[in-house]
Amino acid sequence: MRSAANSVSEHRDELVELDRAIGDGDHGENMERGFLAVRNQLELTVPESPAAALKSVATSLISSVGGAAGPLFGTAFLRASTAVGDAETLDGPTVAAALRAALDGVTARGKAEREDKTMVDALAPAAEAAEAASTTAGSGPSAVLRAAAEAAETGARTTVSLIAKKGRASYLGDRSAGHLDPGARSVVLLLNAFADVTGAE
Amino acid sequence: MRVGLVIVSHSGPLSDGVVELVGQMAPEVRVNAAGGTPSGGVGTDFEATSAALAAAETGSGVVLLYDLGSARMTAELAVESLAEPNTAVVVDAPLAEGAVAAAVAAQNGDDLEAVARAAEQAAGAGGAEESEEAAATSAAEGASVATRAESELTLENEVGLHARPAALLARSLTGLDAAVTVSFGESTTDARSVLGVMGLGARKGDRIGLRATGPDAETALRRITELVERDFDE
Repeated sequence: MRSAANSVSEHRDELVELDRAIGDGDHGENMERGFLAVRNQLELTVPESPAAALKSVATSLISSVGGAAGPLFGTAFLRASTAVGDAETLDGPTVAAALRAALDGVTARGKAEREDKTMVDALAPAAEAAEAASTTAGSGPSAVLRAAAEAAETGARTTVSLIAKKGRASYLGDRSAGHLDPGARSVVLLLNAFADVTGAE
Repeated sequence: MRVGLVIVSHSGPLSDGVVELVGQMAPEVRVNAAGGTPSGGVGTDFEATSAALAAAETGSGVVLLYDLGSARMTAELAVESLAEPNTAVVVDAPLAEGAVAAAVAAQNGDDLEAVARAAEQAAGAGGAEESEEAAATSAAEGASVATRAESELTLENEVGLHARPAALLARSLTGLDAAVTVSFGESTTDARSVLGVMGLGARKGDRIGLRATGPDAETALRRITELVERDFDE
């Protein structure tokens, strides 16, 4: 999670630029602030289980990110926390289930579908790729997260040509085409960071 | 106790303004604002929304209204985070009109479901054609009991159909099965729409027309007439 926070910080300016193109330019700042809060909270109270850690992330994000991203990313982590249950360590199938739950939470909260040019365009293929990878014998959490991150990256790229139908960018109509969706980009950054960390362990 | 309200907005002044407006018409309803970010900027704040929600709860439930976009998500998340999420509802309604309609219903002692419905139905308020059509339908459905009533009244109270009188007028119709319209000059509006009635701009000395359709049409007109004759208890 610390690595995710660092990655968000490193890419803060990129997210700001992406959001300035089709949003109000605050996504990078908001996400950086959110993950700073996440990091501080996790250092303050060390969670006892993966579910507790995910819940702590959710609470920090909801309270500190603001806008639509706070409730959306917060819901994703909250649902993931519930899906993980009392598992002590995360195996491949649990990671896949957590991503699926996160996706369901985000679509329920934001009412966005695929090709609306939102974070769903990265998260939906990620959840599917994670499920596919987790059914392959012997693939651990790191392989599942890597597959999810790659699918998210491909999915996020498709948002460039899309016209936004949900979120702030939808106010721009046709003019939203030609830009990468910042929310989708953030999903990629997070999944990449998670995959890197679990791969290194 | 009465159902409480929370106004979730991206802007502090906007939510405060709605609270001020509503307070005039429903003085005994708890209406709390959750607008803007903690630093006073534009945005919604989960913590403030949760706090406003908790403070609006008197045991009868809370209805939350929002301005746009992510304010809805923040409101829904605050409700889901409650120990008992079924004690509060987020409604999709026009913010000012919906808040006024909900507050008038709450002031009148309606339950959570009825207050939420009042806000939602405010979406079509001010559309007199719609209510006349509804009246015609309900009249046709209950042909044997349905009646029609019309009258004209002169306003003698100081402020005319301003906020408080408009709210009293709407409230007087609670529980009645009748579609009622108020007209002044060229305009006609649903009598239950507080903002619609205010929007007529009828003042002291002006003559307003009333029309009611439905089983309780006569009662509806009698109640409004009494209210006007009492100068809205000013």
